[in-house]
This record gives sequence, C-alpha cells and structure tokens, in this order.
Amino acid sequence: MAASEIISGAMRERAADYLTKRHRFRAAEALPWLIAIAVFFIFPTRMTFGSQVLVMVMFALSLDLILGYAGIVTLGHAAFFGIGAYTVGLAAARLDWTEPISGLFAAAIAAGLVGFVTGWFLLRYRGLTLLMLTLATAILLQETGNLRSDISGGYDGLPGLTFKPLLGIFDYDLYAHTYYLYVLAVLAVMFYLVRRIVYSPFGQALTGIRENVRRMHAIGSPVHRRLVTVYTIAAAIAGVAGALFTQTNAYVTLTVFDFDNSAKVMVMLILGGTGRLYGAFIGAAVYMVLEDYFSKLSPTFWQFGIGLVLVLAVLFAPRGILGLFERMGSYFAERKRS
Amino acid sequence: MPQVANIAVSILFDGLAYAMFLFITSVGLSVTMGLMGFVNLAHGAFAMAGGYVVVTLTRSYGVSFVPSLVIAAIVVGAVSVVFERVLYRRLYKSTDLEQVLLTIGLAFMAIATATYLYGPIPKSVPLPDWLQGDINLGFRQFPSYRAFLIVLGAALIAVLWYAFERTNIGAKIRAAVDNRRMAESVGINVDRLFTLTFAVGSGLAALGGGLAIQLLGLSPSFAVLYLVLFLIVVAVGGLGSLKGTLLAALVLGIFDTGGKYLLADAGGFFVYAVTVVVLLIKPAGFYGRE
Repeated sequence: MAASEIISGAMRERAADYLTKRHRFRAAEALPWLIAIAVFFIFPTRMTFGSQVLVMVMFALSLDLILGYAGIVTLGHAAFFGIGAYTVGLAAARLDWTEPISGLFAAAIAAGLVGFVTGWFLLRYRGLTLLMLTLATAILLQETGNLRSDISGGYDGLPGLTFKPLLGIFDYDLYAHTYYLYVLAVLAVMFYLVRRIVYSPFGQALTGIRENVRRMHAIGSPVHRRLVTVYTIAAAIAGVAGALFTQTNAYVTLTVFDFDNSAKVMVMLILGGTGRLYGAFIGAAVYMVLEDYFSKLSPTFWQFGIGLVLVLAVLFAPRGILGLFERMGSYFAERKRS
Repeated sequence: MPQVANIAVSILFDGLAYAMFLFITSVGLSVTMGLMGFVNLAHGAFAMAGGYVVVTLTRSYGVSFVPSLVIAAIVVGAVSVVFERVLYRRLYKSTDLEQVLLTIGLAFMAIATATYLYGPIPKSVPLPDWLQGDINLGFRQFPSYRAFLIVLGAALIAVLWYAFERTNIGAKIRAAVDNRRMAESVGINVDRLFTLTFAVGSGLAALGGGLAIQLLGLSPSFAVLYLVLFLIVVAVGGLGSLKGTLLAALVLGIFDTGGKYLLADAGGFFVYAVTVVVLLIKPAGFYGRE
C-alpha cells in the first residue's frame, strides 16, 4: 500500500514536471520571430507581401487551435476571417471609424460572437454533417453580404479604405514597414494567448476531446462547453486576422468568405503540421512564398503542384513539415545511440 | 394560363430537370461514402472529366452527343478504378481529414490538368436537333433538353432502384452499408463490392458532368464549384441511401430553381438555408442512420 503510494507520488511528480517543462519557452522558439525580424531588414521592399504572410500565419494559428488541438474538422473557418475583415471594412467605409486598434477589438468581438452562436448549434454534430454545416455557414454569410450589396459593396467590395495612423503617431508608408511591424506585434500577442491556452488544463482537456471524446464524457468533462469556448476564441483570433487583412490591403471583397479561403488555410496548416503551434508559421510561410513564386510563372502549374504536394503529404508525411523534421531528428538520435 | 401557375410549372419543370442532374451525379458519392465512410472530394473532378470527354468526342471525333455520354461514363468509370486501387484504398482506415486532403489534392490536380488541356473558358457541345428547341406537351412548350434530362433521370432511377432492391449485388451493397463487419463475416467481399460501386458511381458522375455542359456550362472550376452541392445532396439525403439522395436532390433542386426564379439576387441562399435547417433537425440526413 505504502510502496504503491510512493511510486504514484514519484510518477505524479514526473508527470507534473513534464507538463511544466512543456510550458517553458525553449531557445528554438525564438527562431521564427528572429526570422520575421530579419526579413524586415533583408527585404525592405517586400513588406506588403510580408504582412500578408503574417496575417495568414495568424489565421492558420487560429485554425490550429480548433483543428490541431480540439480536433474539430471545419470547412468554413473563412467565415470568421470574413466577419473580422468586414467589421473593420464596414466601420471604416460606413461609420467613419478608422482607428485601427479599436477596430481589431471590434472585429474580435464580432467574430467571437458569431463563433459562439454558430458553435453552440453546430458543435453537437460531427463528421460529414459538421463539414457541411460549417461550409454552409460561411456561404450563407457570403450570400447575405451579396444580398445586401448596398451595404457590403457586394463582390466589388469596399475599395480604397483609409485608416488613422497607428496609436495616433505612426503613419503608413508606401512600403508598408509600419504595417509589417504592427501585424507582427499583434501576431506575437495572439501567439502568446494561444500558447497559454494550449498548455493550460483547458488545453489538455481539448487534446483529450480530440483523442477520445467518449472517455472525456465518461470522466465528466463538459465537452460541448469546452468545444464552444475554444471555437469562440479561435473565431475571435481569425476575426483579428481578417481585420488586419483589411487594414493592410485597404480593401475587402466578399471573396474572403470563399470556400477556397477555408481550404487554403487548412492546406497551409496541414503542410506545416497540426497541433504544434509553429506548424502554422512554417506552413503559411512556405505556402505563401511558393504561391508567390510559382503562380507568377504559371497559375495552372502552381495549382497542379499544390495538389501533388497534398497527395504526397497525405501518403508520406501525414504530420506535415514539422513532423518530417521530428522524424528526421529522432532518426539521427537513434543512430547516435546505436 | 394564368401567370402564377405558369411560373409555378416552370419552377417545377426546371427544378425537376436540375434535381435529376443532381441525383445522377451524387448517387455514386452517397453509396461509396455509405459503404466505406470515405470522404471523396474528387467526385466533382470525375464529373468534370466526364464532361471533357464528351466535349472531346463530340468536337474532335464527330461522335454524336448521346453515344459520347455513354462512352464518357464507361471511360471515367474504368479510370476511377485505377485511382481507387492505387490511392484511395490506402486511406480507408485513415481519418476524415486525411481523406479530405488527399481527394482535394486530386481535385486541384484535375482542375490544373483540365485548364492546361482545354483552357479556362467554358465549353459547349453540339446537340442533335431533337434536343434543341422546345417540345409541346399539349398545354405549353417545354425546353426539350430539360425534358430529356427528366426522362433519362427517371429511367436511371428505375434501373438503380431495381439493381439496389431486387438483385443479389444490390442486397450485398445494402448489407454492407448497414453493417460492414457483419457483411464481411458472412462472406461478402466488401472490398471488391466497393471497387464496383466506386466505378459505377464515378461513371454516373461522368454522365452527370456530360449532361451539365448544356445545363450549367463546363469549365475547369466545375470540379470544386458543384462539388459542394453534391456533398450537400449526400449529407441531406443520408449516406448510402438511394431514396434519401433522390429526395434531397428533388428538394434542393426545386428550392434552388425556385429561389433563382423568384429572388434572383438571393442566388444560392435557399439551398444553404434548407441544408442548415434539415441538418440541424436531422443530423444524419433524411434517411441516414443516426
């Protein structure tokens, strides 16, 4: 009796140790941020593109939270990106509300609200039904926007938006240097938030739901509430990404709600690796850079290439680029040991 | 005839024709998804391939429209077996997500190939005389092409119903959809059954793609554009149910046509609204098993 208590005590300590260790920042985690800052100095003329990459990283990160950690497979994540984009766009175009940072908060609240309401209804379902419902939600929002094109501008969108200088001081320059740093700063805040969530007990519960819903139900975890909560948070972050998209591009059209947009962000995340936080970074960056390069050469060639990459990734690298690295790492570690 | 009745008849007629297209194209997807639970987002690509085979046969080889529909269905059905044996079968036990990614990758590749070979501009096909113009049904004129679609659809429904409900293979398919392990343990080769239904389903999709050229236009984006509709028909009807797919195709086809007639601006709004309502109430679709 006593012996087993000692063992379980030691084991518990080891488990707790493991969990806190995971939470601690590692040196390697500085790498993507250092790269992002280095890019700022190396490619000063490509900052508009750079900001777009960072926006997509944030978008993919929000998807990672629900897809990678909670295991919710959705085909309509663009809905929240679009809500955020249009909150800022409409506020600027129709209400003359052009202060950028308060715009981000408004976008987060609006997208979070939509996430909460749709999540409350939809997250009871799974499989194909959930896929179709999330997809239909995004398209319904798009059609609503099209129906009231007097407000939304329809598929022509809201062009030529202008925003107030950041914090009232930093104005926007032609090469979007300010924007890049602004997006990077917001991304850092969002990343910190997501990281905290993922390594919290709440995040552990989400992983539990992904791995085995029945067992989570059995141990009395409020599964639906957890899922709705994380869905709302992810929606809010996607909304912020959408708001930044509108602010950096100074226009927005209804295509942000497209199925293509939902599919694209999923492809980015899968490419990088799900459930790893940094998968969003590497996936979005690799995808965007390749797209920028190859779609200039030939859009057809690019589309074929991305299709081929997807097929090969599913067959040979189901855990994404980061998963490949991990496998290589453990392979070399094995060889060293033997 | 009074104006209102006239519009109602038009909506019903066009809606019926559209529903037949939806049914023909989606039924294979429903049965294969019911059998293996495989999420096949490349189904629209098979339909598109069928359409382009019809375009090539009619334009370059002078084959007339109806025979080229049959050839397209057979060719695409045969080719789909290769895909099923080489790629799909590796993923039967994988997660939804991996199946979604593999098949959407295939769809992207199909779109790129079609753009490379045929260009992005929508194609048309030369129709025989008897499919052009209108047909007089006594009380009013109807477009003959849509009438042809309805007759063809009805005939296919009869054939499929017979095959499904009255033949040995149909009984095996129903058994496997119901309980795959049980069916396997009584000696049904579900793997081979799946290959067969996959081929027939893809062939029917190709037929639908050929029929769609005149109805909706055919461009490379067809593979993804209408895929969403096929998936909705499958989800609303219930996986693996012939009856459900037919009912869903009818409801969605008529609602979509009606919506476009009465409120042109609302576009696809009605289809998606109906989808959401049906799935919220019956998550497994009309005839799906909960």
